[in-house]
Amino acid sequence: MSNSRTLILAHFWLAFIGFGAALLLGAWQMFVRSPMHAWLRDPELYYRSVTAHGTTMAYVFPTLVAMGFGYFIAETALRRPLTGLRWAWAGFALVLIGTITAVVPVALGRDSVLYTFYPPMVGNPFYYIGVVLVVVGSWIWVALMSVNLRLWKRANPGEPVPLAMFAATAGAYLWAWTSVGAAIELLFLILPVALGLTTTINAGLARVFFSWTLHAIVYFWLIPAYTAYYTIIPRAIGGRLFSDQMGRLAFAMFLVISMPIGIHHLFMDPEVGAGFKFTHSVFTALVTLPTFMTVFTICASVAIAGRLRGGKGVLGWLRVLPWRNPLMLAVAFSFIMLGFGGAGGLVNMSYQLNTTIHNTQWVTGHFHLIFGGAVVIMYFAIAYDVWPHLTGRTLDSFALMRAQLWTWFIGMIVTTFPWHYVGILGMPRRMAFYDYSVPQIAPEAPYVDLSVVGAVILVISGVLFFAVLIRGQRALRVAPAAYRFSVAVHEPLRLPAALNGFGLWLALMIALTVVNYGFPVAHLIAARGGAVPAVIVGATR
Amino acid sequence: MSGEPAPRRDRWAPTSATVLAALVVVAAAAGFVWLPLIQPGSRVTGIWNAICTAAGLIYVAPANQPVVQPHFPLSQVELVPDLLRGTSAESIGRGATLALRCTMCHGARGLGPADIPNLAGQYPIAIYKQLRDFQSGARVSAVMQPLVAGLSNKDMRDLAAYYAYLPRLPPYHPAGAGPEIVLSGAPVRNVAPCGACHGELAHKEGVPWLEGQPEAYLAAQLSAFAAGTRHNDINGQMRNVARQMTPTEIQEAAAYYANRE
Repeated sequence: MSNSRTLILAHFWLAFIGFGAALLLGAWQMFVRSPMHAWLRDPELYYRSVTAHGTTMAYVFPTLVAMGFGYFIAETALRRPLTGLRWAWAGFALVLIGTITAVVPVALGRDSVLYTFYPPMVGNPFYYIGVVLVVVGSWIWVALMSVNLRLWKRANPGEPVPLAMFAATAGAYLWAWTSVGAAIELLFLILPVALGLTTTINAGLARVFFSWTLHAIVYFWLIPAYTAYYTIIPRAIGGRLFSDQMGRLAFAMFLVISMPIGIHHLFMDPEVGAGFKFTHSVFTALVTLPTFMTVFTICASVAIAGRLRGGKGVLGWLRVLPWRNPLMLAVAFSFIMLGFGGAGGLVNMSYQLNTTIHNTQWVTGHFHLIFGGAVVIMYFAIAYDVWPHLTGRTLDSFALMRAQLWTWFIGMIVTTFPWHYVGILGMPRRMAFYDYSVPQIAPEAPYVDLSVVGAVILVISGVLFFAVLIRGQRALRVAPAAYRFSVAVHEPLRLPAALNGFGLWLALMIALTVVNYGFPVAHLIAARGGAVPAVIVGATR
Repeated sequence: MSGEPAPRRDRWAPTSATVLAALVVVAAAAGFVWLPLIQPGSRVTGIWNAICTAAGLIYVAPANQPVVQPHFPLSQVELVPDLLRGTSAESIGRGATLALRCTMCHGARGLGPADIPNLAGQYPIAIYKQLRDFQSGARVSAVMQPLVAGLSNKDMRDLAAYYAYLPRLPPYHPAGAGPEIVLSGAPVRNVAPCGACHGELAHKEGVPWLEGQPEAYLAAQLSAFAAGTRHNDINGQMRNVARQMTPTEIQEAAAYYANRE
């Protein structure tokens, strides 16, 4: 156990160190393109920073959190030592090596292609190789989650799989399948150009493969947060989970319908037919269902906690909730940000409304609110909850934790709400500087300034977060009681096979992928004239 | 709960598969048939045509249809990163010999006093592309056209290799300042900083190095791009940039790059 604790801590620490560095880059980017700073004379510096920020925040940070939390769940929920500890360390090493391999050329300005790659731009191959190594390292985690679940099932035939393990494994399988798109794009389309084997690239096909990854990767980021909603929050606030099966169904639905919907990222791309854009739009709308189910179930669970604490009436239970408990705060903030972010997401996925906000700052606001807000605040909550069990030391800086969560919430709202607004005004995203002196753009300037204030608050919150964790590493040694996950009102005694395994959902996921992606991919491979000359980024000056 | 419940068939798989299939069918019917047909002004006729259109099939233009042709020859050069791969020291030597015919205007070592482009240290693909364009007529010059008419493809690659080999004029901007249009571009007019393509900040294939070029030449080329009389920039990048520049900005940019004092 002690070695696996080190393993899990290593994952969390590397994740958070990357997060801290990327947070500073993000704040710098917001400052330099605001009216407070003169125009950057070298816009390449901005794109270099965006690439490092995006790569770290999108690939490295959430993957490591999902991996570390997954191993923690495999050991504590299944109540058996983790099988394949050496493999797990190998996976961690690959992620670490991959991160360094990717970040160094980015820092040298050889790969300012943004984390979404944007072919036909192609940069130094080491960046792509690094990203591939990170993904391969995470695939080891996927295999280990699967193996550990299988071994547990063999030892406990017919028993319901603990919900936490069901959720974490669903996340692992989702990642395994959705990462295939970007892996194909990197290995077969981008790397051959980056290595100098060929000089043209089918940019349309590459973008379609990336869209395969680009949407479900968001759900892969989300699943640790959702897992915490279901399996940590009710216990942490002294309540019970309203429905265990609802959770299983939600994760199963994420597996099937969150994946083959990525073409809604390509609404403005000419290489995909409008029919596929429409069907992907329909299925994206369906992904709201598991989220609505989750919001309902968790609100009901929180209401149970409120009533157990003596809350009466329609809303009386809200007042008596343990608001001084950091996890209570975290879930409340997370839901508020999920609500606003989700509502914005519905605009993005609507084929027609999308035209208004496509490639504007609105989109940046949306995904920061959902991922940086609703999800990352739950990563903080997860860290606060499991830290004593990993370090064997107390973690009791509760006031600091509350301050950290409050500042993160306020900072994220102050950052992203103005972004949404200027997006509607038409401010494009991915621009190193803007001419705020133009009368049409001048009204946007105060809102951009406001979002910089939000960034400063977020950096302060980041500092507080590290203060909490570092204090935890240096606190008194304790022997924490065995870790517990939430208990449902009705603990499942027997479950239908569909809610206790993944066979059915994986089959449906693959089938829907074939239906939704089969033709566009085959068509773009077969169509002649798709290859365009690659634009080499970071070439000699 | 009394007694053992009667074993029920597990309906999860058929039910979920049916629901999913029904959703696919309804979404596809709407997206591939209904919506394409009801679009106002749609040219789609019939269900099969609607499905093919919505699937994104690329239609080949029917034969015997008039194709609009530009009234000038287009550049035939395909700018790929390894366009000049395979040039060697031998190319430089051959190029140096061939370059004797260029010295009258471009100088003995690629630098001349006339208002003629300096070629020393120019990016090889930029030189090669212009030679090819002069030869094909995509770029018009009464002086250059007869001189390049007899050059083979290898000759042009060798010339490019030779001039690229010569030491280039470094930037000379002691004050550190420069006109806004050069240093930052004009974001609202979609003009990027010149250095984002022309070197200093970054370099794109086929784009020339501008430092130390004659002021009159640079201003003339920018004006020609703006007027559309020069049109061998493959995607119209320079025409779009130059059209958005004011005459003063054109003068400022030309003077900035020409500065050698």
